[in-house]
Amino acid sequence: MQIIKDRQIIDNQWHHLADGETVNSNYATVSVERWKLERDSLRTDMNNIGLRISPEDSIEDILDDLDYFDLICLDFPAFTDGRLFSTARLLRGRYEYNGELRAIGNFIRDQIFFLSRVGVNAFELQESNDITEALNGLNEFSVTYQESSNNNPA
Amino acid sequence: MYQYNEVDQTLVDERVRQFRDQTKRFLAGHISEDQFRPLRLMNGLYIQTHAPMLRIAVPYGLLSTKQLRMLAYIARTYDKDYAHFTTRQNVQFNWPKLERVPDILADLARVQMHAIQTSGNCIRNVTSDHLAGISPDELEDPRPYCEIIRQWSTLHPEFAFLPRKFKIAVSGAKNDRAATQLHDIGLYLITGEDGEIGFEVLAGGGLGRTPVIGQVVRPFLQKKHLLSYLEAILRVYNQLGRRDNKYKARIKILVRETGIEKFSALVEKEWQSIKIGMELDASEIDRMKGFFKAPQYKLQPDHGNLADAEKQNSEFSTWLQHNTVSHKVAGYSAVYISLKSPNDPPGDITDKQLDTIADLADRYSFGQVRSTHRQNLLLADIEKSKLFDLWQELQAQNLATPNIGSLADMICCPGLDFCSLANAGSIGVAKEINDVFDNLDYVHDLGEIKINMSGCMNGCAHQSVGHIGILGVDKKGVEWYQLTLGGSSENKAALGERLGPAVAKDQVVEALSTILNVYTDKREDGERFLDTVNRIGITPFKKQVYANH
Repeated sequence: MQIIKDRQIIDNQWHHLADGETVNSNYATVSVERWKLERDSLRTDMNNIGLRISPEDSIEDILDDLDYFDLICLDFPAFTDGRLFSTARLLRGRYEYNGELRAIGNFIRDQIFFLSRVGVNAFELQESNDITEALNGLNEFSVTYQESSNNNPA
Repeated sequence: MYQYNEVDQTLVDERVRQFRDQTKRFLAGHISEDQFRPLRLMNGLYIQTHAPMLRIAVPYGLLSTKQLRMLAYIARTYDKDYAHFTTRQNVQFNWPKLERVPDILADLARVQMHAIQTSGNCIRNVTSDHLAGISPDELEDPRPYCEIIRQWSTLHPEFAFLPRKFKIAVSGAKNDRAATQLHDIGLYLITGEDGEIGFEVLAGGGLGRTPVIGQVVRPFLQKKHLLSYLEAILRVYNQLGRRDNKYKARIKILVRETGIEKFSALVEKEWQSIKIGMELDASEIDRMKGFFKAPQYKLQPDHGNLADAEKQNSEFSTWLQHNTVSHKVAGYSAVYISLKSPNDPPGDITDKQLDTIADLADRYSFGQVRSTHRQNLLLADIEKSKLFDLWQELQAQNLATPNIGSLADMICCPGLDFCSLANAGSIGVAKEINDVFDNLDYVHDLGEIKINMSGCMNGCAHQSVGHIGILGVDKKGVEWYQLTLGGSSENKAALGERLGPAVAKDQVVEALSTILNVYTDKREDGERFLDTVNRIGITPFKKQVYANH
């Protein structure tokens, strides 16, 4: 499948590992839960590790590990759950995470402008979306009123 | 008032384009009903009983005559020739067509207006004192700070999907006319210990199903830290506010469940991390103040001879007494335009009346009009010698009903007639009350009484802070009405106390008469209804109302 990353449409090279699913590739993401339990073995088995954060996760738990991740996914349980917007700003600003920050799960195309402003730079949209059309969402506004991650850290 | 620059204009124009595209994709079936709902709500668009309802922002209640004429045009062109003013100083249209809403928003953008964040789980339109800048009891004009907050909150990317709606009010006067303590965040401009003016910050107030009075989070905040502090409160709320139950999702529940001390500590901690770098420059505050400078008052205004005019015309005299309010500049008055004519739903106004008021404001009041929390309008700067002429012209358009502050100045939600949530036909009951209490002398003798009536427990008419609150409830398909006494949204904010079991629809007016009889019987010299209730408690009222039950 294709995703939007840094304003380009590219092929997705990452696989989301379910908890308990056998590690058989690099470029796989794991849940915070699994990371906390299997941190050491995951680091041995994989070269490129991604982390999936959901709103219920406490990011304080993984702050010391941020350097291990090439990708952090913000996994939306429902698009109306806005907690991950704050998580994104904190990761980018206060905790200085510079890798790929990707929205996955139940977010919608109409949120990608706001998401890009809080520091999300990649979007794994659900299949029903026209990804070329969705790219326009990044340019919905040419002006903004407030500082945010895309022009100033949190 | 604030004037858009190129950035402001671009933003509203792009917002119109965005919503036009969203509406098109929704109508084409590319966006689901569930996905479209929050998007349309963030543009003020509800789907109601009969048709969509569009709520338009009137930032802190200030309107130019150009904007007023646009509202009249929209009423004529897209609606049924009328508009409705709300309790949060905004305007609603009850009959637009969904597919025309983008055109309405485009028309609004031409006069620097929008419907951004007038609904939805986001930071709503900021409200303030309708007497801002003209009231003798004011410490500082709150409107520059309202505009700063408006801009900061508009399309704030982090806070567009909050647990629930979020309302902010700012008051700069000794007497609170903005129901500040009943907002998610309330800001009072106050003088600090060393003489510096800053803000007292309250959080966790709110009306609706579980009314709560806000508590102090920070007793004094320097002006320069306004936005970082708001951002800290919002971030704590966005992360910790409940999302499992929409009736427990407002910040008032978070503050209550966390406890004010712990909540304040969380906010302070967050604030310490972000306050550096987010300061408001003094020059930015001054720039905003520049938009709200006093108009060119006459140095020697003509006071006219009001006493003579009053002697000659008792109707004018009554109106003068009830519908005008003192102004900080000698020789001027502020004039309320009552939107509570007994024959029309409270807050409703026709396109013709809107045009008339625009003309009057151009001629008499520096081209500006204000909307109030009690669903009336205000002409803020009228030279006293012009009051009689103005009254005559208002009279001709049914806009001089002399009932401001009286029981006839009811706040009432649209109720069953329009709203899909309502249990009760509040407008109908308001009409009955007006029909029975049609003796103006009696109504005036009763003095200040705030009646607030909501058609369901969502409480859009703020019944819990009405001196007399009336709440429509549904019992097995029949409308009943719950009465409360002693509520107030002023400085000593209080929630009304339940009088007793709900009364049947045809008993509401009788119960009200009984309550008023108890008051006139028990009141002491010059005592307002609310003061009597506070002094004697609700028991004497209760005894009489339920005497025959």
